Amino acid sequence: MNTTASRLRHTTLILAVLGLLALLLADISITTRDPGIELAHIGNGFLTPDFFSTEKLWQALGYTLAFALQGVAVGSAGGFLLALLWRWRAVRAASAIVRAIHELFWGLLFLQVFGLSTLTGLLAIAVPYCGIFAKVFGEFLEESDRAPARALPTGSDAFSSFWFARLPLVWQHMKTYGAYRVECAVRSSAILGFIGLPTIGFHLETAFRQGEYSTGAALLYIFLVVILSLRLWLRPVLLPLWLFATLLWAPPQASVTSGRLIRFLSEDIVPAPLRQSQWQWSELADWLLKLLQEQILPGVGQTLVLGMAALLATGILALMLFPLISSQFGHRLSRGAGHSLLVLLRTLPEFLLAFVFVLVLGPSMLPGILALALHTGAIVAHLCGRFTDTLNLRVDAANGLNRYAFEVLPRIYPNFLAFLLYRWEIIMRETAILGVLGITTLGFYIDSAFSELRTDRALVLIGAGVMLNIAVDAISRGLRQRLRLRHGLTDQN
Amino acid sequence: MFELHQHSIRRQGVTILHEIELRIEQGEKVALLGPSGAGKSTLLEALRQQQPLRSAWCPQQGALVPMLSVFHNIYMGALDRHSALYNLANLIRPMATQWQQVEQLAAELAIAEKLRTSVDRLSGGQAQRTALGRALFSQRDVLLADEPVSSLDESQGEALLRFALSRHHTAVSALHDRELALHCCDRIIGLRDGRIVIDAASQNLRIQDLNELYRRR
Repeated sequence: MNTTASRLRHTTLILAVLGLLALLLADISITTRDPGIELAHIGNGFLTPDFFSTEKLWQALGYTLAFALQGVAVGSAGGFLLALLWRWRAVRAASAIVRAIHELFWGLLFLQVFGLSTLTGLLAIAVPYCGIFAKVFGEFLEESDRAPARALPTGSDAFSSFWFARLPLVWQHMKTYGAYRVECAVRSSAILGFIGLPTIGFHLETAFRQGEYSTGAALLYIFLVVILSLRLWLRPVLLPLWLFATLLWAPPQASVTSGRLIRFLSEDIVPAPLRQSQWQWSELADWLLKLLQEQILPGVGQTLVLGMAALLATGILALMLFPLISSQFGHRLSRGAGHSLLVLLRTLPEFLLAFVFVLVLGPSMLPGILALALHTGAIVAHLCGRFTDTLNLRVDAANGLNRYAFEVLPRIYPNFLAFLLYRWEIIMRETAILGVLGITTLGFYIDSAFSELRTDRALVLIGAGVMLNIAVDAISRGLRQRLRLRHGLTDQN
Repeated sequence: MFELHQHSIRRQGVTILHEIELRIEQGEKVALLGPSGAGKSTLLEALRQQQPLRSAWCPQQGALVPMLSVFHNIYMGALDRHSALYNLANLIRPMATQWQQVEQLAAELAIAEKLRTSVDRLSGGQAQRTALGRALFSQRDVLLADEPVSSLDESQGEALLRFALSRHHTAVSALHDRELALHCCDRIIGLRDGRIVIDAASQNLRIQDLNELYRRR
């Protein structure tokens, strides 16, 4: 068939076959003895939340918000400066590398230098967010209309023309995007608790690991309320005030001696064979080869397998979920319920979902696939559902399954694929960190290397992760260009 | 067949149809004429609501699914005749019997060779033939069409409209070509500002009478 639909179908088929292949290769066994009983315990905890068992709760909440707000402040300022230099290839490359490394890995890295400190929390968010902001702001500026700047009187200096004729065009977009990122940062900050920082994730992990599910549930409820109410109390006008408050309460600091810093740079991160006074290239080659065979290849392989399987599950789930909130289907009540479900799944970080699923099912790939698919599937479903609201179907259009298959699905499919391919890179990034939970993706080897104090290995493994991410990003971009997909929504990155 | 009595429609404070009095009997072929914004599409929709199950509907907007093939767009006229699963099977892979029926109709509409092409790759005229094909494939006895041949040249448009009219015992179509209306339909209804200002048999009307409808005030 010479149709637009068949071209999209072709790409879908390739992705689906890869996903199925990944599912066949993936270890999706349930390794806990009684998942049902554990699930019942956890469910019971959610029905009987205990809000008064940890007195450190408010402190944890404070640190979570402090790292998030300070991280976004520093990250957006840095990203803004880099965005001004966006036409330089080196800046684009550097920001691509910086954002390909997950906040959690940055956290592990800074832990080696600055220890368990507020500075580590701030930097773990600020550094990757700087790369993300640089890209998004840079692209905003690139895509904005240059006519106002050109219309200025000749001889206007570059500085004034930027403030008068370039920045005002993109300012609103930047503010909207910044608000969205604050929400992401609160999630990232909470997750940082899993590597020991004193945010809410730390107490969540402790409570769940010790089986105190009522405490854990209470923490999770509070976390949800904080994120969902963010837009109510985190007004743009109040932002400087909040930031000032967090700086007073948790000033970024670390007790670091210059000796420790020098040791980190000159010794810890130097590949082990190079630390001897007389070393040979062959030793370095052996070291790298061993690392490649034993950790990088299996780690990258498992990350790819989990990521592709999760991408397939995400796509299927999104296609099933979007009618729940679409104005083309159902009625007000059903859409209300659909919205609640999607908001819940979107708000809970995939890492947190994976953590709970690992407790129930054991550390196979199953909890990872489930968590990624539920979270990302809800995001893609939300975007697709919102897009269907703009469709103007004919009044005699069919209903039910016929309406879905013939009228709605073909019309939204290009957008659906674009949303999904945009999310692919993020799925891979999240897949890598699931290793911290014991699922054997790249992050598992990175986490082990850090805990064995082999920072040199960790750095090489992180480098492999960066390359994987950049490759996936390139493939996704190539596919989108080939299919001429543009989703036209910049608020999700 | 259709009967409107004191029928008014207001949308966002603007009166679109104003106390319309209208009867259309079985067997009539009616043309709706009038300047844009006169209420032709709204009147057609009001008629459709009176006979939703007997009307073959050919609207202007949202008529076709751009990324699907001509076959599928025509087949969609028959969605209500089959079970959802049967339809789904045909969406994935058209069945021989359905293909034959659609191909036969497409041949009469002169788009048989485009059956495998998606609508977004067709010319405006070919897309209109497809939209009419979808209405015809619904196999209902009343045709309600909104500017069904506006993208075709005069002679092709007339041939296509005659073909479509011959397949329905009753038809109401909004048109802008006055001569086409006089040639093909036996009753003309002229709308202006949401009111019926002309309602007469075509044989009693001349083109000058119709031009009156479009004159600027």
